[in-house]
Amino acid sequence: MTASSTTQPHALLDELRTVGSDLPGLGSDVPPSQTWADRRLHYRMVGPLNRRKFTVVVVGTGLAGAGAAAALGELGYNVESFTFHDAPRRAHSVAAQGGINAARARTVDNDSIARFVKDTVKGGDFRGREADAWRLAEESIRVIDHMNAIGAPFAREYGGGLATRSFGGVQVSRTYYTRGQTGQQLQVAAAQALLRQVSMGQVNLHTRTEMLDLIVVEGRAQGIVVRDLVTGKISAVTGDAVVLATGGYGNVYYRSTLAKNSNVTAAFRAHRRGALFANPCFIQFHPTALPVSSEWQSKTTLMSESLRNDGRIWVPVKAGDHRPPNEIPEDERDYYLERRYPAFGNLTPRDVASRAARTEIDAGRGVGPLKNSVYLDFRDAIERLGRKVIAERYGNLFEMYSDATGEDPYEEPMRIAPGAHFAMGGLWSDYDMMTSIPGLFVGGEAGWGYHGANRLGANSLLSACVDGWFTLPYSVPNYLAPLLGKPKLSPDDDVVRAAVAEAEAGVQALVDIGGTQGPERFHRRLGDLLYEKCGVTRTAEGLAEGLRGIQELRREFWSDLRVQGRPDGFNQELERAGRVADYLDMAELMCLDALDRDESAGAHFREEHQTEGGEAQRDDEHWLFASAWERADSGETGETGPRYIRHQEPLEFPSVPPETRDYR
Amino acid sequence: MKLTLKVWRQESGAEEGHFEEYLLEEVGPEFSLLEALDKLNDDLVTRGEEPIAFDSDCREGICGACGVTVDGRPHGPQEKTPSCRQHLRSFEDGATVQLEPFRSGAFPVVKDLAVDRSALDRVIEAGGFVSTSVGTAPDADAIPVSHESAEWALDLAACIGCGACVAACPNGSAQLFAGSKTMHLATLPSSSKERGRRAKGITRAAEAEFGPCSVYGECAEVCPAGIPLTAIAGLNKEKLRQVLRNKDD
Repeated sequence: MTASSTTQPHALLDELRTVGSDLPGLGSDVPPSQTWADRRLHYRMVGPLNRRKFTVVVVGTGLAGAGAAAALGELGYNVESFTFHDAPRRAHSVAAQGGINAARARTVDNDSIARFVKDTVKGGDFRGREADAWRLAEESIRVIDHMNAIGAPFAREYGGGLATRSFGGVQVSRTYYTRGQTGQQLQVAAAQALLRQVSMGQVNLHTRTEMLDLIVVEGRAQGIVVRDLVTGKISAVTGDAVVLATGGYGNVYYRSTLAKNSNVTAAFRAHRRGALFANPCFIQFHPTALPVSSEWQSKTTLMSESLRNDGRIWVPVKAGDHRPPNEIPEDERDYYLERRYPAFGNLTPRDVASRAARTEIDAGRGVGPLKNSVYLDFRDAIERLGRKVIAERYGNLFEMYSDATGEDPYEEPMRIAPGAHFAMGGLWSDYDMMTSIPGLFVGGEAGWGYHGANRLGANSLLSACVDGWFTLPYSVPNYLAPLLGKPKLSPDDDVVRAAVAEAEAGVQALVDIGGTQGPERFHRRLGDLLYEKCGVTRTAEGLAEGLRGIQELRREFWSDLRVQGRPDGFNQELERAGRVADYLDMAELMCLDALDRDESAGAHFREEHQTEGGEAQRDDEHWLFASAWERADSGETGETGPRYIRHQEPLEFPSVPPETRDYR
Repeated sequence: MKLTLKVWRQESGAEEGHFEEYLLEEVGPEFSLLEALDKLNDDLVTRGEEPIAFDSDCREGICGACGVTVDGRPHGPQEKTPSCRQHLRSFEDGATVQLEPFRSGAFPVVKDLAVDRSALDRVIEAGGFVSTSVGTAPDADAIPVSHESAEWALDLAACIGCGACVAACPNGSAQLFAGSKTMHLATLPSSSKERGRRAKGITRAAEAEFGPCSVYGECAEVCPAGIPLTAIAGLNKEKLRQVLRNKDD
């Protein structure tokens, strides 16, 4: 079809997508609270002596990937593990700060597995899969025990028991932590467990190696194509199943809380090969990120949500108040979260807190040189608890803030702003974590399911650990068992050779454009466009403009990209170019999903759909399902862009009946 | 502000390297060191020159991917701070700043400022783990750990695995890295059952991959995670304990 230039939202939607069919969902009558026990009981098994006959390819060495690779290695499977980092420990799970939730209910604050599920499902605004939340809650208990056993030094009370704290969206204290470096400690422990399997010969670890494509033969995922980032050599690795634990796509916004190299390429190339992509528009903006203060700032560094336990968020009552914060008297400060949400106060969930901050900033009450932030003030907490206690709880976060800004948060309030953070959307998978391509599994942030339209703080380290250590090691063998004795795909097979040749041609195509702008330039512009059109709040008109803007930028990319340097060696420009190419298509899919989903839910806030009080208004009658997107063509970057088919998995909530979220 | 950056350029480990000078304009004191390199790379690409290769990822000081030697000091002038959190406010306007990779025989140059630090992981593979498979762990609350022990283990476990300690050491020793790992795991009850075995494995691997320790203390001086020299004393004690007892635990 020819390119039209409509920015009419409905016409554009019709041009880009058709509506597909309903996905089966759970397909069982077992109540969600029993699903996990039931599934495990019915899973097929592979005997200990047969496990060495299978090879599982695991991409990513974060908490989900390292966990899955180590656990499958421990069970006796051969594992090929891949990371683009120089060491497995550097995967971005390492940067999670605040903690990991577990429904251990060791105090009398009335926590329980059922309450954990309720909080998670409600926090996700009823757009996740309820049975997944039950599994998350049940397995959370042994996650803590396991991570403690393999060397993660959790914070302890003076009595020697594990210490906990509170996170947003809950009224109990179930977050386990290690100072402000919980992710680091869990990630390092998981990477060590992985290296233990490497030393035992169970896992073959490939560092500085990036996945470029998925090999699907006879309808099954049977390998991947990778590029050695040091030599530039492209080759294939085959296996009986593939696990993608490759993280989220928040970096599509260019400036985000993610690491610079976090990317969507592995997941997106699986999507090109037929894996459905679920709820791409569900992206969380973290309310406590560092504001952008200059053009060259490379990211909006996260300041842990745990800070909201003791910090109070405020803006001046008067718009355009230029006084330094400490000169603004108490009665001229608006602690807007405490005022609007007295029950949860500064600990409202992230989507609510981000939106409230955006409202204040847009109304001209933002603070800082660019008026794009709000204050997070520790004055009262320091008065109440003393500087020493605050330093013990948040010392490294305060240091990080001082380094980044040159300001001292012990003396004047921090400045924070919403920043792109966590992708609730991801590759669609069934309850067993298998995508729509048989043999292709997903784990951690690369997947969907647990978090609905908004993730609760400290649930992401948990979901990565649960997938890696306690789900995939059960569900992958269920898939492998019937393949025992079946022929395996040879690395010399023509199909494999063709896949390698295709990936080589893809790299060469980027190099051959021979334009004038490096990939970072395109990425920055894409990020700015997305923050504006598909950010904390969205409108149909804005999303339509965003779609057109992305398509224009993509045309420019494919005609004016410059990849400096050689393709056959260590070339970081080439790595970036491939990732930005995928981000351009990913951004289109996000805007399309956001335009399609004609309701507000969790972090997806369409201005057309809000209550009188300005809260997100869901439309359960029409949208009580997860969208799962299929690319209807080969995914080539044509003039009109690809057409998409939206399938849907209907959602049911038998144990937590949908209600309007109310954190007042 | 303006800076002159004198940057080590080396096409690959197999080729000779050299310094090149670049004038960096229109930067400000709020720039991080790596953001300054980002800007320089943008200038280079625009001019049709090859950008400078350097490792970096989280840009918040926790992943340990970055590591540049700045005027001879690993990571840069600011104490206890990795390269990504070093800022241009540490330099005077108009200054010349020399950037090199982490220098050590154990860290071959990959390209420009990026090096191969896989020797660190080989030390971990030699025993820097807990031999407990998933699923078998006892209740983490059933074995009390004193607040003090947990905090001490955390002080040691703060290591980000960047390798600055090796680059700073005149001997190219990794004893601070090895000590932090050994002592972190020896301190906690759940991971202390293989102390002897671990001390033996880790010290052997560290001696094979890296230089010996003469306790110059340069490592602790540049460590971005503030790992104290006590970690090395602890490692020596663990090793001695293993030699005297000759047992796995």
